[in-house]
Amino acid sequence: MSNHYLSIENVQKTFGRGPEALNVLKDINLTVDRGEYIAIIGHSGCGKSTVLNVVAGLLDASAGGVILDGKEVNQPGPDRSLVFQNHSLLPWLTVYENVALAVNKVCAKTMNKAERKEWILKNLDMVGMSHALDQLPTQISGGMKQRVGIARALAMEPKVLLLDEPFGALDALTRAHLQDEVMRIQADLNNTVMMITHDVDEAVLLSDRIVMMTNGPSATIGEILDIKLPRPRDRIALAEDPEYNHYRREVLRFLHEKQRKVKPLQKAPPAEPARQAQQA
Amino acid sequence: MTTDVTTPKTTGALVAMKLRPSPVLQEKLLHLGKTFLANVVPPIVVLAGLLALWEFLCADPASTLPAPSRVISDTWELIVNPFYDHGGNDLGLGWQILASLERVAYGYALAVIAGISLGVLVGKSNWAMRGLDPIFQVLRTVPPLAWLPISLAAFQASAPSAIFVIFITAIWPIIINTAVGVRNIPDDYRNVARVVRLNGFENFTKIMLPAAAPYIFSGLRIGIGLSWLAIVAAEMLIGGVGIGFFIWDAWNASMISDIVLALIYVGIVGFLLDRMVGFIGNRVTRGTSA
Repeated sequence: MSNHYLSIENVQKTFGRGPEALNVLKDINLTVDRGEYIAIIGHSGCGKSTVLNVVAGLLDASAGGVILDGKEVNQPGPDRSLVFQNHSLLPWLTVYENVALAVNKVCAKTMNKAERKEWILKNLDMVGMSHALDQLPTQISGGMKQRVGIARALAMEPKVLLLDEPFGALDALTRAHLQDEVMRIQADLNNTVMMITHDVDEAVLLSDRIVMMTNGPSATIGEILDIKLPRPRDRIALAEDPEYNHYRREVLRFLHEKQRKVKPLQKAPPAEPARQAQQA
Repeated sequence: MTTDVTTPKTTGALVAMKLRPSPVLQEKLLHLGKTFLANVVPPIVVLAGLLALWEFLCADPASTLPAPSRVISDTWELIVNPFYDHGGNDLGLGWQILASLERVAYGYALAVIAGISLGVLVGKSNWAMRGLDPIFQVLRTVPPLAWLPISLAAFQASAPSAIFVIFITAIWPIIINTAVGVRNIPDDYRNVARVVRLNGFENFTKIMLPAAAPYIFSGLRIGIGLSWLAIVAAEMLIGGVGIGFFIWDAWNASMISDIVLALIYVGIVGFLLDRMVGFIGNRVTRGTSA
């Protein structure tokens, strides 16, 4: 149908059946080019993660489909590797073994043992985790776990890298640091990336396009914003940049004016006359 | 002359310096000593107090139970000779305990294999859970000894019956804990397996077993404790060599001191078995299980 690298076509997702069925996604259409960095932003509960899970193949779409590099997606696979918010490292394996589990399975046919080992080490080195190869996930910090998760996902050499709020559980400083790392790695590898986020700054800073989703149920894509900031991007310089702030404002306007999550306080406590007046 | 006097003094000081441990080592020793005192002194004090109380309560020569001092003097032969062999059932306590441990080893090993397999089945398959879980819940409340007559009837021999009682006692907590462990594997781990496309066998060995291992080991730990409880009771009924029958035999011969000694041994062995399974679990799960 299209000559785009990744295309999401008329995807719908309904959970449950009968009268209790909940239509989460409706008419999701999106095309992504090779090497593009897409951020999907929206209020929590709008179905962002469902979109990502459909692309990952972890969930089946109720209607429509996803085509990646000319093939339809119908099951999970290493060509669409995921980085989860809660890192999902296996706690009984060391940092090295966690990446090795993926590499030894995915690259079994293309690399011999020595090459695989080198590849694992290379990916861990890329995220700056070479010093902790023999540590267990419980022995390293949240930011480090997320680095290992990214290394594991990258080591599978995915066609699309899917990031599900990858930095959501981290403190602001660690998050900024990891965002810079991801930008650096992205500049080197030029992966195709889809990232779920609800952090406006993160979306504007990292992506080429921001996909803004309307509120559920039956959520769909509201607006798409092209971010034409030159790369490499520097967060400090951008803080004063009028274009950056314009993009930021556009996203904020979408989220907080057009797709206001909380309706104006309808059930305001009666003790507050000002709000009562508003209601009337 | 003055030099002659001073020289030995300095060397003496030097030797003393060398012998004295470095401050870091001293600190470590002090710390070790403190933890030792904190952990070992309380049980010794309490044990000494309880022994004194026991000694006091049973001090009367007419008392029905022997005082600790009498237990030791009565059983001194048994304590110093754990591995004598006078033929028949007249064996040292070491042999008796080893005979019991052998039965437990057979029964428990079978329970581990069958229990983990059934637990994985019940954990993986909803149909199996709905079908088997009610049966398990009823059967697990049957007291171990109630299985003995029926197994004697089935096997027509005491040795396999005792092993069966151990098996049937230990298997329930292993099944139930394994099933819970398999059911509680976080979706994240399953998703990792799906994205990497592990096959069924790899999923079982690389994700399911290690993820459920902390639960499995708590089942194994409960199971070994129950096995040891059951074997003593079962052996009282089936006879032969074993610590359980030793106790029953001693009761029939009115050798109460022997019983007391045997109970102490039973307790210590049970404690060691529990710690052993706990230790293995800790090693296997790399510290994520108790």
